[in-house]
Amino acid sequence: MLRYLYADELHLFPKLRDTMFRDRARQFRDRLHWDVAVDTNGNERDAYDAMNPLYVIWQQADGGHGGSMRFLPTTGDTMVNDHFAHLTDGVPIQSPLIWECTRFCLGTDAEPRVSAALMLGGLEVGLGFHLTDAVGVFDARMVRVYRRLGWEPTVLGISGRDRSAVSVGLWAFDPTVRPALLNKAKVPDRLSHLWFDRAFGQAAPAPLAMVG
Amino acid sequence: MQGRLDTFIEGMQGAETLDDLQGHIIGLRDVFDVEHLVYHSVNASGGQYAALTYPLTWVDRYLEQDYARVDPVVQGCYRRFHPVDWKRLDWSGKQVRDFMGEAQDAGVGQQGFSVPIRGPNGQFALFTVSDRRTDTAWNKYTERHVRDMILAAHFVNQKALEIERGTDETQQRNLSPREVDALTMLAMGYSRAQAAESLSISEHTLRVYIESARFKLNASNTTHAVARALTLGLLIV
Repeated sequence: MLRYLYADELHLFPKLRDTMFRDRARQFRDRLHWDVAVDTNGNERDAYDAMNPLYVIWQQADGGHGGSMRFLPTTGDTMVNDHFAHLTDGVPIQSPLIWECTRFCLGTDAEPRVSAALMLGGLEVGLGFHLTDAVGVFDARMVRVYRRLGWEPTVLGISGRDRSAVSVGLWAFDPTVRPALLNKAKVPDRLSHLWFDRAFGQAAPAPLAMVG
Repeated sequence: MQGRLDTFIEGMQGAETLDDLQGHIIGLRDVFDVEHLVYHSVNASGGQYAALTYPLTWVDRYLEQDYARVDPVVQGCYRRFHPVDWKRLDWSGKQVRDFMGEAQDAGVGQQGFSVPIRGPNGQFALFTVSDRRTDTAWNKYTERHVRDMILAAHFVNQKALEIERGTDETQQRNLSPREVDALTMLAMGYSRAQAAESLSISEHTLRVYIESARFKLNASNTTHAVARALTLGLLIV
């Protein structure tokens, strides 16, 4: 299932939290050889995890991490603007309608549908909060995966080569890609809405009705 | 409303003091056609500033009772950054219900929509509109105006930050060369397609660069962004 959790809510799901940061170490340090910091417990965390980001996480049936990504608003501090300006033509990307998405990570034994489910979660965030775009930092080789899922980014720049290649790209939040993502993620439409509402609150009648 | 809001926002550019901003908040409430509008900012060192339309007696009562501790809007938005309809917040519990009852007696609407803002260096602000429309009318209203609320929230926030900072405008208004190129081409009458082609970027990229420039210039739309950049002497055409 998809979980939408701010960093200050992760303590409610200790197994999910711990397996997520460990899977991130495995993916970004061990497999991709990115220059990331891993603590003595094997958790990959950076300064942006300390800014109370919003995580979109695929939780497996055993409660562990299947995949995740991390959102931050571009009106505050972001990784793209702090560290990747050379990949965005030197333009600090800032807008209340654009959020940054980083650390797209898949668990080691994730089912094939997990990447589609995560992209679906990202889309629900964008559509649910009326955003126009996401700007993302990603493993350059992921472009093929995004293409297969039917939601490709506009690539702004690439640095490095092979396994250490990193890209910055833009995803437009477009409702027309939603049916294909639901289909590939094998998630029914209403279930996806349910997961979203469970995280961000259901639209109950106005508080007055509850007070009266 | 879009046209009126754009005009209003351009008029607000002239605000030079926080007192000016307070005056504009009342006008903004009228443009939004709601009962109340609140902007509240907390910077990293704990300094606070508010501009709002609530009766002062309610503001005093709220501060005196330290209602921020129970207020579901504050509890639900602080340290977060997604906009939220009050219907989605947790209004259960006696303390919260008592608070809401008192708030409504003081004239706060039962409907509300809040936009949390995360600014630079850990700044946090909250922009709220509240009203007494029925559920159906309110749903229709928020559906139509949610983007306007988000943009107005950030406009007011940037204006407040600018006033707080003082006269150091150029520092913030420093556009990158690529943003200057994009706006220059629009100023010269290029279409977006032509501008994107000349800059060897996609139209999607161009749209995002222009939106970034619009935000930095605190303009309400692209036309105003170009006009502001020209006024500030950032473009040479």
